[in-house]
Amino acid sequence: MKAIIENPIFSVMITFLVFYLASKLYNKYRFILFNPVLISITSLILLLKLINLDYHTYFKGAKIISFFLGPSVVALGVPLYLQFEEIKKRGISIIISIIIGSIVGILSAALTAKLLGASKVVVASIAPKSVTTPIAMGISKKIGGIPSLTAAIVIATGVLGAVIGPAFLKLTGIKNKVAVGLAIGSASHGIGTARAFEEGELEGASSSLAICLNGIATAIFTPIIFYIIYKLL
Amino acid sequence: MVKSLTIIFLYLFIGDTISTLLNIPIPGNVIGMILLTISLKTNLIKLESVKPAADVLVKNMAFLFVPPGVGIMIYFDLIKKEFIPIVISYFFSTLAVLFIVGKVQQIMDKKNESNN
Repeated sequence: MKAIIENPIFSVMITFLVFYLASKLYNKYRFILFNPVLISITSLILLLKLINLDYHTYFKGAKIISFFLGPSVVALGVPLYLQFEEIKKRGISIIISIIIGSIVGILSAALTAKLLGASKVVVASIAPKSVTTPIAMGISKKIGGIPSLTAAIVIATGVLGAVIGPAFLKLTGIKNKVAVGLAIGSASHGIGTARAFEEGELEGASSSLAICLNGIATAIFTPIIFYIIYKLL
Repeated sequence: MVKSLTIIFLYLFIGDTISTLLNIPIPGNVIGMILLTISLKTNLIKLESVKPAADVLVKNMAFLFVPPGVGIMIYFDLIKKEFIPIVISYFFSTLAVLFIVGKVQQIMDKKNESNN
């Protein structure tokens, strides 16, 4: 039995199977909490616990799937190009809103965590949570966080943004397509972006742009804000 | 399909190489994305030659986050220990970013339109 479930193909198979079923569920009911990524992650954790398969053995096979995250981020260049003119019209305003968003993201995450009594290493791990995993892990390491804890929080943030983002923006009266895309991309990177494409091409492309610009801004501002919080306040 | 995947991996490789050589915290895939957009814009790469694989990858990107997402199970103990600060700050901060970015962009866009 052990040899069967430790086969890398088994990990790949269950990941595909669970995501396929989760997508079917989501397409049938369109209920926000049935977000396929959220349902798949929780189901797979339960399944792994149930069959007593540890994460590292699972990931040995399943990493073949996430390997394609690299090329898929590169592929976002295509929608970005297709919506280039629409985005260019708003050039300066986009840069301003993303810089403000980046600072708000780092500051609100770090300060709230610190005020609620989180340890310094956890604050450092949570500060860059809004950006894409590899950037966030790099920043986290630089300011003394635990990169893999950061990765876990980044994914959780992405799922949260994808699940509540579109509904929350509607509720607060934000309807402008570029604004919706930028907000989702800035708050919840690639997972949010995948959801933003369901809203439309312009939303998706703006979200892709936000991953890129917010990533750069957050890489610059996190060490500065972290320094201010821990040295000057 | 093979041609478009080749182009995408070529840009990923160039992006990764730049990121490594310059030793900057911007990952290679983000640099590759910027370079691909520029190359399409300057007609160095034709849209038809990269679109097939790009469409498949973009459309299914969410799925690719599932395996690393399952990894959160390793941190259950640490997360449990500091559960309240982690969950509240991540929830509040995500809402704050959504609201601020959306609002600021929408207000500036409206101003632009009324100026034109």
